Amino acid sequence: MTELKLYTYIAVFGSFAIYFAIAWLARAKTTSDFYAAGGGITPLQNGMAIGADWMSAASFLSMAGLIAFLGYGGSVFLMGWTGGFVLLATLLAPYMRKHGKFTVPEFIADRYDSKTARIVAIVCLIVASVTYIIGQMKGVGVAFSRFLEVDYDLGLGIGMIVVWVYAVLGGMKGITYTQIAQYCVLIFAYTIPAVFISLQLTGNPIPQLGLGSTLADGSGVYLLDKIDMVVTELGFKQYTTDNMGGTLNMFAYTMSLMIGTAGLPHVIMRFFTVPTVKDARASAGYALVFIALLYTVAPAVGAMARFNLMSTIEPSAGQQLEYEKRPQWFKDWEKTGLLKFEDKNGDGKINYVADPAKNEMVKVDRDIMVLANPAIANLPNWVIALVAAGGLAAALSTAAGLLLAISSAISHDLMKGIITPNMTEKSELKLSRIVMTIAVIVAGYLGLNPPGFAAGTVALAFGLAGSSLFPALMMGIFSKKINGRAAVAGMCSGLGITMMYVFQHKGIMFIPGTSFLGGMEENWFLGISPNAFGVVGAIVNFSVAFIVTKVTGDAPLHIQQLVDNLRFPRGAGAAADH
Amino acid sequence: MEQENAYWQSNIRLILTCLVIWFVVSFGCGILFVEQLNEFRLGGYKLGFWFAQQGSIYTFVGLVFWYAVQMNKLDKKHNVEEE
Repeated sequence: MTELKLYTYIAVFGSFAIYFAIAWLARAKTTSDFYAAGGGITPLQNGMAIGADWMSAASFLSMAGLIAFLGYGGSVFLMGWTGGFVLLATLLAPYMRKHGKFTVPEFIADRYDSKTARIVAIVCLIVASVTYIIGQMKGVGVAFSRFLEVDYDLGLGIGMIVVWVYAVLGGMKGITYTQIAQYCVLIFAYTIPAVFISLQLTGNPIPQLGLGSTLADGSGVYLLDKIDMVVTELGFKQYTTDNMGGTLNMFAYTMSLMIGTAGLPHVIMRFFTVPTVKDARASAGYALVFIALLYTVAPAVGAMARFNLMSTIEPSAGQQLEYEKRPQWFKDWEKTGLLKFEDKNGDGKINYVADPAKNEMVKVDRDIMVLANPAIANLPNWVIALVAAGGLAAALSTAAGLLLAISSAISHDLMKGIITPNMTEKSELKLSRIVMTIAVIVAGYLGLNPPGFAAGTVALAFGLAGSSLFPALMMGIFSKKINGRAAVAGMCSGLGITMMYVFQHKGIMFIPGTSFLGGMEENWFLGISPNAFGVVGAIVNFSVAFIVTKVTGDAPLHIQQLVDNLRFPRGAGAAADH
Repeated sequence: MEQENAYWQSNIRLILTCLVIWFVVSFGCGILFVEQLNEFRLGGYKLGFWFAQQGSIYTFVGLVFWYAVQMNKLDKKHNVEEE
């Protein structure tokens, strides 16, 4: 066994042992433990747990890679995925905490006094969460297969068992404490390589400052200017100004990610775990601090990875790397097929340019940047091992949060709330564990046999949550008049139009060849890409709900009193089941 | 009831203030006016680029805490805080 492999085994299985120990110590005994961690989490703990819950395999593995190749355009992810917390903190979390129930569909059911609304909310929640969880399962499989060189299927199976043990045993309580540990693992795994690389390139150990510093090679040139220079010379767009699909698309994309963030049920649920409204407000602040730690480092990781990649392939202007002299990490990733070289002009040198006819780096997968980064920068093996454990922590913590959201929607909202209201607490607890087990199996199955739509899944989850749940929740708090029928019509039309737009450009259920308007940019509505369409769906949702209320009349008086009540913090007990 | 209306009005004003700042730093400085701001620099960062990848995020963090503190004060002032 190589040294790297040994370190990786220690890091990965050591972290799993910690998660199991925590889950055993914090196992759930009541439904309140299972759904809301008994309502006894402090804001600081909750903030950390939200951080891990929120930052998924996409944030940890993919985002910096996207930024590395999109440059300025990658800002939509940075602003979108953090700005959503401002909406969550001011528009939703405190009031939903005041209402004091366990789940998002339950809040919608109470506010709109409608079983139909609850069912629509359950459907929206399940569709958004299931699409999201497939991405996490794939992340687990990829991390295992790359680092431990086990089979993708076996890696995914191990991941399923780990998440099953602590999520089913501990419920929200176990998940919360495990997520706190997972946050610590993932933030160290993310920042340590970044600190090393920033120090190497700029002499400044703080990546956020390093990105704005001059290169340490004595040239006195700023890092970002150098990147701009290198990439434009090779015909790529300028790094710091390349705007993805134009200003309107950037605008809509950012807004869609923000409202999607605010509307994701597995994140909202975490606010039910603190004892007071005041704590809910503080949790949002702490959560954003912990998230911002990773999100402000990510642009440095992305830019520095791009710089290192470019300067490996072309050490100085016009002098290209000979293919035979390529470094070990290059060979490793070639084996996975995620990095591909084709010597088009037969000179034995690597010619990496923007022009597709001359470019010889025929494949550079964006997702490998974070994983390959420590090796590209020649960092020690224990750092690489840490990155593996961090990627797994990010994927598992998000998967657990999603599983809980799904199982509570089924056991608490669908079964207890609608089909069998007389169920005892004990049987509900048992049922939620069974449902969660089934959810783990389904998620694992989908991870093994990713349906055609797996590629676009995470973006779709945001579009769905943003266009359906966010408007319904916000109107429920800020308008006393919107009634149940209006909410149902709004959610259905917002969800419907977003799905239709995505399907018509990306294929029905993403099956290639069924996209009846084509994926072509010229057919995009006002140039808005399908991933950025959630905001349009949300506007439709708001408008429809408004019109239907105008036609069918205001919500009844007892609902208006309920809204009054949730606007004032006084009288908030712990989240409870009545 | 009047007390509660006043509380809610102040809350709405506070939310709007937060959202205006939220909009200006991200959509304003980071997207709509990014080219104009890029004329200025902050060390190696072009200013618009800095807002889009760093500055907006720092501002969001500050905003959420500021809102929490202001709301706690409002709760007390209008006597609607939790017991």
